[in-house]
Amino acid sequence: MKFVRTALAGRDRSEPDGHLGRRGWPDGPSLPFLLLFAAVVSTHANPVIIGSKKFTESYVLGEISQRALNDAGVAAEHRQGMGGTIILWQALQGGQIDGYPEYTGTIGQEILKNDRQLSSQEIRDALGKFGVCMTEPLGFNNTYALVMRRSEAQRLAIRTISDLRKHPELRIGLTHEFLDRQDGWQPLRERYGLPQQSVIGIDHALGYAALANGSIDVKDAYSTDAKIEQNDLVVLEDDLQFFPKYEAVFLFRSSMSPDAINALRRLEGTLNEKRMIHLNMEAERTKNYTSAANLYFQDNGRSASFAGESFPHKLARWTLRHLELAGFSLLLSVIIGIPLGIVASRGGLIGHAILGFASVVQTIPSLALLALLVPLPFFGISVRTAIAALFLYGLLPIVRNTASGLQDIPRSLRESAVALGLSPFTRLWQIYLPMASRSILSGIKTSAVINVGTATLAALIGAGGLGEPILSGLNLNDHVTILQGAIPAALLALLVQWFFDVLDRVLIPKGLRI
Amino acid sequence: MSALVNLVDVSKHYAGATALHSTNLSVERGKTTVLIGPSGCGKSTLLRLIIRLIEPDSGSIEFDDELITSDIIGTLRRRIGYVIQEGGLFPHLTARANVLLMARHVGKPEDKMQNRLAELCELTRFPVNLLSRYPVELSGGQRQRVGLMRALMLSPELLLLDEPLGALDPLVRASLQKDLKEIFARLQQTVLFVTHDLAEAAYFGDEIVLMNEGRIVQRGPVSDLRDQPTDPFVSEFINAQRGVTLT
Repeated sequence: MKFVRTALAGRDRSEPDGHLGRRGWPDGPSLPFLLLFAAVVSTHANPVIIGSKKFTESYVLGEISQRALNDAGVAAEHRQGMGGTIILWQALQGGQIDGYPEYTGTIGQEILKNDRQLSSQEIRDALGKFGVCMTEPLGFNNTYALVMRRSEAQRLAIRTISDLRKHPELRIGLTHEFLDRQDGWQPLRERYGLPQQSVIGIDHALGYAALANGSIDVKDAYSTDAKIEQNDLVVLEDDLQFFPKYEAVFLFRSSMSPDAINALRRLEGTLNEKRMIHLNMEAERTKNYTSAANLYFQDNGRSASFAGESFPHKLARWTLRHLELAGFSLLLSVIIGIPLGIVASRGGLIGHAILGFASVVQTIPSLALLALLVPLPFFGISVRTAIAALFLYGLLPIVRNTASGLQDIPRSLRESAVALGLSPFTRLWQIYLPMASRSILSGIKTSAVINVGTATLAALIGAGGLGEPILSGLNLNDHVTILQGAIPAALLALLVQWFFDVLDRVLIPKGLRI
Repeated sequence: MSALVNLVDVSKHYAGATALHSTNLSVERGKTTVLIGPSGCGKSTLLRLIIRLIEPDSGSIEFDDELITSDIIGTLRRRIGYVIQEGGLFPHLTARANVLLMARHVGKPEDKMQNRLAELCELTRFPVNLLSRYPVELSGGQRQRVGLMRALMLSPELLLLDEPLGALDPLVRASLQKDLKEIFARLQQTVLFVTHDLAEAAYFGDEIVLMNEGRIVQRGPVSDLRDQPTDPFVSEFINAQRGVTLT
């Protein structure tokens, strides 16, 4: 089923080397829909798809691998910031992605669920059972670390993690992943006997801001994190050697083509800590992962011809994808929601079941709904999953308003239609639906506005849209980038509202508007 | 000539309540039969059984010597006009579209439809220039005239009216009563008319059928009901509406 997603995603990644200057402007929203259907019969070669986790270094490594693959003549896409370890690993197993950057410690602890440090051969053997291979280390060890403000650490004379025992009043902010990991907070606290009571979960990028303004005193970090230098933080020494080694590698499906495998392997041993920190810093400074990745190739003596994608172009790409997600899911909600609403309006067991189902779906938090759909065989990490989730969300307002609009038609008028001798279909089509049109349209409008808002979450599973800048902005703790997504998304919602107000005037019969 | 509609042993029950006890009734051709009685006496139920908005629990109903079944009710409904309070007009359609709805549905030729429409406007004294208005833009009396035109569009053999004038103010009501009576006479229309107003019943009815608690109590000309009541209820009902001039 990968081809469907590829076709949808293919528009903005159609040129392997990513030259944007030559690329035309998007050509209207209807094409993506056609593509979706066309894709079902299309059989052209699929590009290699590289995923990455939701933090700067993973983005950069993903970009580097995409470029490396493209340079080797292998068509490749990079799905940025798809989520955490489990989502990426499932996507890799499910074939939604072909490879992604990972760390040896994470593989042992989180993926293979092993308590002790595994040798690289043990890891390879275990991964082989899943049809997954691993490159040699890329050259740097990005282990977990605890960090503090340098001034604070000096004031309290804290140099090692053991020193934290003397200061139970310190407030600790940890990423949710670190809190839950088997090699994360719980065992760390037990090993060191840490007494701190104030421990909160916080987004990685936001955590740095919290550390800077003094809301928290200690947080987790990666040892190659550019923020450590930037924010004048110190890494507390892991004096009990708690953290395992986290050597960066690429995991990839063994079924990948030999050309692609060779391209990835050429990255082995080419990145030491210093270079990785430098690339991470560049990425955070310029807010441009591609150009940071290109530095890797520059330093390696290759020419970097890539110029960053211009903002209007990016905005157009995000907006178009956003409209695809919201529009296509809305179309599905309408096509399926109205007939369901008609059935539901008749009441009875089926009617209640339909309304009940739609209501229950609505109560699932959108993030959870996405997470629930991802492991299902048909969905995975894809545009299709985002559309399916949005479709389910859009269903309730349409079903409910269709049903209530029909039920609100006075019995005397229903009976007049019957007594006249109109056929059931004509009654529905010419009398009942037009009379319920105001209610149905307002349901569709509600769905549309919800969908435009909720579609920003699609970026979490790599489906793009205006959530992409919001997510990377959150990740980089960069308000401008967040606003680049948030403002257009808000404007889009207003535009949709206005569009439906106009549509009301066109579609609701005049006799109902006087 | 046989009756146009014949009800034989027809009854209707709802959960725990009887709307209509086993009832026999015939509606004579070319005459106006009025069903009268207090609220909930079963008069509307009887009407709705004929047009098959509800199914009888027992008994049979014949229309023009043909047994009414759910198989043929679709075509039979085109031979029966049905008018309710307020006209039952569809708010999203203009007066014209409301009147022509069924004719269009059965595919009448356009020129014939327009001729019939002009004829009906003349008959019901409905101003042609108001045909493009929507129901909300019409007065109650005008709406009722449109409802009547819609019912008469396909020249039905039977016209069923369920308290058609109930929601109108007295002046409009009086003028519509007069017009209706003229129309029925001109068309020699078979009419079954439901009302709870004795004066109206007396004005229209060639024959009056007084109902109470799901039963027909007495039928005949209004003078019979007044002078030879067969049941104390008849006198009670008539006295309750005294002060009305009975002709």
